Amino acid sequence: MTSTKKDPVIVVLQLTGGNDYFNTVIPYNDPLYYDNRPYVKYEQEDIIKIDDTYGFMPQMGPIKGLYDQGKVAVINGVGYKDSPRSHFRSMDIWHTCEPDKVGTEGWAGRVARELDPNKENVLTAINFGHGLPRALAVPGVPVAAIADLSTYGLLTGISSQDQRAKALDLFSRMYSPTVGGSFVTDYLRSTGTDAMVGADIVKVAPEQYSSTVEYPNSPIAMHLRDIAQVYFADLGTRIFYTQHASFDTHAGEMAGHPMLWNDVSQGIAAFFEDLEAHDAGDNVIMYLFSEFGRRVHDNGSGTDHGAAGVSFVIGNQVKGGQYGEYPSAKSEDLEQGDLVPNYDFRSDYAMLVEDWFGLDSKPIVNGGFEKLPILK
Amino acid sequence: MSHKEDLALMAHLMRRAGFGASREDLERFVAQGYEATVEELVNPTEDQPGGDMATMLRYHPSFLLPGGTPFSGQANWMYQMVSTKRPLEEKIALFWHHVFATGNSKVDNCDQLLVQIQMFRDYGLGSYKDLLIELSKNPAMIFWLDNNENHRDAVNENWGRELLELFSLGVSNYTEVDVREASRAFTGWTIAPKPPRQPYGRFSWKFDYREEDHDDSEKSFLGEVGNFGGEDIIDIVCNQPATARFICRHLYNFFVADEVQVPAWTIEPARDEEALEQMMDIFIESNYDMKAVVKFMFNSDFFKNARYSKIKSPAEVVAGTLKMVGEFQFPEPGILNIGKEPTYMGQSILDPPSVEGWQTGSEWINSGSLLARVNFVADRVANTELPGVKKILDRMKADGVTTPHQLIDAAAEHMGFLELSDETRDQLVANVQSDGDLNWADESAAGQRVGETMALIGATTEYQFG
Repeated sequence: MTSTKKDPVIVVLQLTGGNDYFNTVIPYNDPLYYDNRPYVKYEQEDIIKIDDTYGFMPQMGPIKGLYDQGKVAVINGVGYKDSPRSHFRSMDIWHTCEPDKVGTEGWAGRVARELDPNKENVLTAINFGHGLPRALAVPGVPVAAIADLSTYGLLTGISSQDQRAKALDLFSRMYSPTVGGSFVTDYLRSTGTDAMVGADIVKVAPEQYSSTVEYPNSPIAMHLRDIAQVYFADLGTRIFYTQHASFDTHAGEMAGHPMLWNDVSQGIAAFFEDLEAHDAGDNVIMYLFSEFGRRVHDNGSGTDHGAAGVSFVIGNQVKGGQYGEYPSAKSEDLEQGDLVPNYDFRSDYAMLVEDWFGLDSKPIVNGGFEKLPILK
Repeated sequence: MSHKEDLALMAHLMRRAGFGASREDLERFVAQGYEATVEELVNPTEDQPGGDMATMLRYHPSFLLPGGTPFSGQANWMYQMVSTKRPLEEKIALFWHHVFATGNSKVDNCDQLLVQIQMFRDYGLGSYKDLLIELSKNPAMIFWLDNNENHRDAVNENWGRELLELFSLGVSNYTEVDVREASRAFTGWTIAPKPPRQPYGRFSWKFDYREEDHDDSEKSFLGEVGNFGGEDIIDIVCNQPATARFICRHLYNFFVADEVQVPAWTIEPARDEEALEQMMDIFIESNYDMKAVVKFMFNSDFFKNARYSKIKSPAEVVAGTLKMVGEFQFPEPGILNIGKEPTYMGQSILDPPSVEGWQTGSEWINSGSLLARVNFVADRVANTELPGVKKILDRMKADGVTTPHQLIDAAAEHMGFLELSDETRDQLVANVQSDGDLNWADESAAGQRVGETMALIGATTEYQFG
């Protein structure tokens, strides 16, 4: 790559808990929507129409703004065969691309390994949130996990600056390589050094950051702002991963679902506004997915676990519009009362891995999958 | 042995057989003697209650039946690890959870996983054979390994295979025919019909034996022929030396010293073959009595000499630290989060990544998990408001701990008689030396220095071992 073209970067936003697809991209003229949703529905006049058939749920106004600029691809009917309808198993399948057995390597972690095979940058992939999602977990691949960028680091509980500096200095000496250590101790030392180096590098990000964009005060917006800060600091991070929860709306969906999408939509809008304000949007795309959609018929208060869902790709390099086919909601076409997926989620990954990162997708997503021409 | 050496050995025993012990408790144990303490761990008395569930449920009723949400189920168990007076009962439950790894990712029912953990408490130190029978009837396990889909006319081999491969014999000690035959013997071992979850919520699952779905015809299993049922298969499995070896190697790996990962056991020799064979002899002679093997193991020289030869699991880091600082002896606010802490370090209890359980030893360490471990420990031991930390400070003050050398040695002692390398110790001493001696006249400043010193000791490579 030449210096004039920046490396491609992805932000993965996981909608954890099973987002209600039928209530997100809504077939607003279809009587089956209203028949199946006596309680858990949006009113026709509140739905934000994107064409004569489909509309976004009412809180997605900011995403509709990006959609109108041609920056949002809506991918219909995403999922995989025989959904187990278990959150954790389903999320595992999405993370490891292994629907038939338990996988050990995450797809995004594999991408990180390909992008930085010699582990030159301990910040190639970062999760924003506690712990590591399985999508990023691959043995031997360093991945940072940042719950809150402003307090991220080693021994952050030590309040005095001087004491902490002394402590970090001591830590770096205690973890520096030695001659004649055991394998385990050597491994501990190099890992400790990686962790400290990563934390040390990333701390410049909030210091350097300035922006006119005001992010709303929600957990997802805070994570997206942290991501923007690290991205603007140009630390070589290629994969940013974060999530918002919980879309598991079994009950009280009409109270919860609008709030969830309000936070997500506002956060995303602020993030892209920030990218534009820094003239830095051309090499970033965002990918949104959820582990499954929800049951077509509501349960009186919410909806139960379903199958087919929707994914979104957002960014300047995206050819906006609707892709794929919305699964039929006719009762004879449903499986166990659910919309049937007609588009494999690994096709999404294959598109991201090949068309965005320029890598061979087969070893990453475990097989060959047809891609949609979503990217410019 | 000097008194200090006795205390250090006792700290080792309590770390392995439980989640550590306070200085006061260590002194009491040393006074009563090592073997008597092993006896007390193995046979706790009536006045050693487990975690106080009644109080926990009064404050956190959702912890009893957490449903599909792992967090409250994890908090439930973590509270019991921290507050129990019968530590080996929790530790052996954690051991069996590593071996018979059953995960919420598929079971989607922490109520049933907690039932399984309780079964491990109740049977985990009894006869291994009884434990396997209980495991075969455990609803979470049946669902996890699809034995409810194992029918007379349509055999599902998942449970039959894992019983042999991961729960008893280990790979290469049986054939595919044995898997098939074992699976047939367990047809009809299922869970009673579960009422649908909506609209009344979850119902508890129950074991159900359906004779009409059981294949009662002849089977040929590991060289024996008969109209075997599930119990017969377990009998035959227990008679194999391979089973004794497999289970004892697991015990050694969990309680004594880190072994290579389980899949390598068929190719890599045991870390201590002699110790393993001694354990196997006891296991077989005692008719698979876990108590006998565990007691022998804790009293053995190979155990006593294996200090700091294991990387602590995340559950051990969290429970051990909380015990040391005296938090969550009562279900105080914030308890929901303690169940998540091991997850941040790579061990989601009640939700192992697969039936193969966790990779242990150095596999616990990556840059994210190491940061999480170091920060978790540091934030607690440096908090001088916590009751356990206060006790440590009082003790140090009473003992007249003053000089940098004394401070480092005392802090390492209070953190489990941690053995620091000379190099680490020198670096730590040099670090505190620049601020001179401790001045107990200013108690809060002295406390802060001690807390920060303990935080640094918690950050050492040495502290990652247990």
